[in-house]
Amino acid sequence: MRGTTFSSSGTMEIAGITLRADLSGALFWDEQRLLVVSDLHLEKGSSYAAHGTLLPPFDTVATLRRLSAVIAQYDPRTVIALGDSFHDRDAHARLTGDDRATIANLQVGRDWIWITGNHDPAPHGIGGDVADEITIRAVTFRHEPTGARGEIAGHLHPKARVATRARTLERRCFVSDGERAVMPAFGAYAGGLSVRDAAFAKLFPKRAFIAHVLGDTRLHSIAAARCY
Amino acid sequence: MGPGFRRDDGGGPGSRPALDEPRRTAYLPPVPPRVRPVPPDDSPALPDHFIRWFAARGWTPRAHQLALLDKARAQRSALLIAPTGAGKTLAGFLPTLVELGEKTTARSVARPAGLHTLYISPLKALAVDIARNLDAPISEMELPIKVETRTGDTPASRKQRQRRYPPDVLLTTPEQLALLLSSADAPFLFSSLKRVVLDELHALVTSKRGDLLSLALARLWRLAPDMRMIGLSATVAEPEQLARFLMPQPQGAVAAADIVVAGGAAQPVVEMLDTRERLPWAGHTARHALGEMYDLIKANKTTLVFVNTRSQAEMLFQDFWRINDDNLAIALHHGSLDVAQRRKVEDAMAAGRLRGVVCTSSLDLGVDWGDVDLVINVGAPKGCSRLMQRIGRANHRLDEASRAVLVPANRFEVLECSVAIDAIADNAQDTPPLRTGALDVLAQHVLGCACGEPFVSDELYAEVITAAPYAQLSRADFDDVVDFVASGGYALKTYERFARIKQDAKGAWRVANPKVRQTYRLNVGTIVEEAMLKVRLVRSRGGGKGTTGAIARGGRLLGEIEEYFIEGLTPGDTFVFGGEIVRYETLAEDQVYVSRANDADPKVPSYMGGKFPLSTYLAERVRGLLDDHRAWRQLPEQVRDWLALQKDVSRIPARRELLVETFPRSSKYYLVCYPFEGRLAHQTLGMLLTRRLERARARPLGFVANEYALAVWGLGDMSHMVSQGRLDLAGLFDPDMLGDDLEAWLAESALMKRTFRSCAIISGLIPRRFTGEEKSRRQVLFSTDLVYDVLRRHQPDHMLLRAARADAATGLLDLRRLGDMLTRIEGRITHRPLDRVSPLAVPVMLEIGRESVYGEAADELLAEAAEELVKEAMG
Repeated sequence: MRGTTFSSSGTMEIAGITLRADLSGALFWDEQRLLVVSDLHLEKGSSYAAHGTLLPPFDTVATLRRLSAVIAQYDPRTVIALGDSFHDRDAHARLTGDDRATIANLQVGRDWIWITGNHDPAPHGIGGDVADEITIRAVTFRHEPTGARGEIAGHLHPKARVATRARTLERRCFVSDGERAVMPAFGAYAGGLSVRDAAFAKLFPKRAFIAHVLGDTRLHSIAAARCY
Repeated sequence: MGPGFRRDDGGGPGSRPALDEPRRTAYLPPVPPRVRPVPPDDSPALPDHFIRWFAARGWTPRAHQLALLDKARAQRSALLIAPTGAGKTLAGFLPTLVELGEKTTARSVARPAGLHTLYISPLKALAVDIARNLDAPISEMELPIKVETRTGDTPASRKQRQRRYPPDVLLTTPEQLALLLSSADAPFLFSSLKRVVLDELHALVTSKRGDLLSLALARLWRLAPDMRMIGLSATVAEPEQLARFLMPQPQGAVAAADIVVAGGAAQPVVEMLDTRERLPWAGHTARHALGEMYDLIKANKTTLVFVNTRSQAEMLFQDFWRINDDNLAIALHHGSLDVAQRRKVEDAMAAGRLRGVVCTSSLDLGVDWGDVDLVINVGAPKGCSRLMQRIGRANHRLDEASRAVLVPANRFEVLECSVAIDAIADNAQDTPPLRTGALDVLAQHVLGCACGEPFVSDELYAEVITAAPYAQLSRADFDDVVDFVASGGYALKTYERFARIKQDAKGAWRVANPKVRQTYRLNVGTIVEEAMLKVRLVRSRGGGKGTTGAIARGGRLLGEIEEYFIEGLTPGDTFVFGGEIVRYETLAEDQVYVSRANDADPKVPSYMGGKFPLSTYLAERVRGLLDDHRAWRQLPEQVRDWLALQKDVSRIPARRELLVETFPRSSKYYLVCYPFEGRLAHQTLGMLLTRRLERARARPLGFVANEYALAVWGLGDMSHMVSQGRLDLAGLFDPDMLGDDLEAWLAESALMKRTFRSCAIISGLIPRRFTGEEKSRRQVLFSTDLVYDVLRRHQPDHMLLRAARADAATGLLDLRRLGDMLTRIEGRITHRPLDRVSPLAVPVMLEIGRESVYGEAADELLAEAAEELVKEAMG
């Protein structure tokens, strides 16, 4: 039988450090008990609603539910939210009391670091610490990728389109070449950018990267040339 | 009585209406008791100058034209049922021309200014043509009548003027009418309205555009209580139902307009091409009969060649020119060609300069032009009413018989063509029943109403249920729709402050801000364009299939193609586009890169096999034909031999049973069944069967469907499993698959997501245009698929999901039909375990590798792609 949703993960080497890429789109560093999630885009629904497009207001609940599950599974000592955690500058103010409480509960007993992103450049006072970037040993966590060695970033929302024998599949993925990585977006309403986009070519010379694709029950490591 | 309306009840050879079948189809005898053709000698007075005008042209007013005049004088609304070429349009306008003409010639009363007649057509080109055609009687009789058109192409300045100084007669489309009604001056504009003429009503009412139109009519009935309706329609299965569309429905009762039937149409002469060539087993190109079709074009003055899909049209056109040694003027006409190019073809046609036009349903409707003397219908007719309308295109004179030749492209299509010819001889009709109004369209209308003037829920509800498609709408559904329009209708009430419409102190709903009005105007309409991708021609990188090396960007722009079509392809697949065979190279943002391919046959033959499934009625007749072995005599010898062989090695499915064959073939095991319910219902069945076979541990790998059959294959020996009692076929096909299995599948179905996207756009949840400029879907920063996932999990009974499910019942998933079929075959499954493929199974087996294969788990497929990386790493 198939396992539970978050039981499966693969491993990824970044600058000599082994990390676990979880099927949920989170990254876990065992030795540091560090969990990283990127691009939560909380309150994206209400952000559109404020501008007249009344998207269902359940995206924050959906995203936090998945985040709670992955935190419960790994019990990290530190959580890094890798930027664009909130969809816009005022998004934190639109959180419901319940969502606020959920976040506060998740923060209990662990360090929580909000990395700033282009959508949420300022501190927002939802607990935890705020930083532009953070470096632990050889790895630097920042929102927008620069292509530097040892960098783990988000921002681009990578997805891979894979042509298979039967049909084309399109899924979110981690992108890595062993020296640097871009994480998939975690948010329920976060769209994706194809890994064949020029933005990735700039980061990974000769497109020599691997897409770690989030399948239904497991992660699949697929060569860049195989994606389109 | 005209011969066109006589029904042959004698039951000649091959005419076997299914009398013992439950009436699930829309089939009815074409002449219900109350509908009577008008006797030609009944001629009420037409004003003298009209009589002179008719005479000067050598015309006599037709009985049905005069009958409509009578109805109008008696203040009755009427539905005119008439075949093509019967002078329908003039009949529809005659009452208006006479009324407006009479008053002025009498010069007694100055006619009150204001809009008198509104004409609505499904095609804006038609509105423009009608304006031109009306010019003749108006200018020749010097009638002081001002006629104008209003379409998306009308300049803003003229639109502005039309609001203030309306013409007597305005020709427009359902969308433009909705826009006019959403403005504050609608009461002024429409208060003088006396008549609405609805053209091609049979075509309008089958879609959501019909729903939108019905709601607009409900509004007009309130603004102009004196208004009467004239509906113009081709022959339909249930004219009574259609006639209801033209009347405000009283609560708890039904009201229908009077029905006038034009007689006098000659019975068409329809035959099947008796080919000298070998009949193909599968495929839809009919390339085997190319030479014979060419000879037909050569032997006639002007021939219309109808095919079912655009790519077929492209291919056939190309093939004709390859053998066109006589340089016959053969043209191409289909919906994705440039409008200017289409008009050029139509004009050349009208001028009689063309010998042949290869076309799709783009020419099913529209003005009559040219002396078309033959219609060739290539491939499956799919429905007899639809076929009849196409054949009517070759009927420029009512009293002459239309001539048509059906060209089946494969053996199953021979059966379908054969029963379609019988059905036409029987004057049977299989147009779909009147729709139940969709909730997403209602949402759009409710917002439009608020844009015009504030509304009170009680009053608007009372108005909406006068529209025939919404007569059964519950108050609860209506309130849900209003709630949706206001603040999204979510269980989580967090959007009150973002509401688009708000209730004032008196309880009237009004638009919250001017931007809402602007957004509504930019998004009106029910036609949701598929997301399109630009196709560019580049040089092939010549790499192996499935890899993407660097590809030169840029390249010549060939046109645009539906995104969903590309999603079904894998790089290396070949298909026809813009008249040539191209190879799919890659996709980058909204650009599809293709290279020129040298293949003689494209691998992917069609755009999903055409839009319409085989009609329930024709399907029933095909099953009847198969079951009646004596009737096989009317079939070509090759087809008879094929069926006889099937009878020997397996079985011919009886009319009401489902034949299921299982057999091994090159290390896989196949299950083939023959429901004859159309590709859409079969695909849904395939999805559900594979889930069940997986649970039964038959290890299914995929399936493929065509209009007649479904083939599923896997690693488990299904013949053996059935004989061991480990696979119960009755259980496998149990209607309860439409419960949990369906729900589970809908969660991930790409077709369901497409359906949802379309509802989300029509309802106004998601704008198709942001502030005026159209953006491609790729630039829209959220995906409706993600919205669907989240909404489905958190509020599964949300109004939009209900709307999408209602669409799925009849649309891309054809659930209703699948449900009817499963009920029909309960207890009537016949299993034939075979040691190899049967003759009847060959056509569907040949589809494997040509069509997208469904049903395989995503993880298995991704794992194969990952395996290549492992191989590469291991050297």
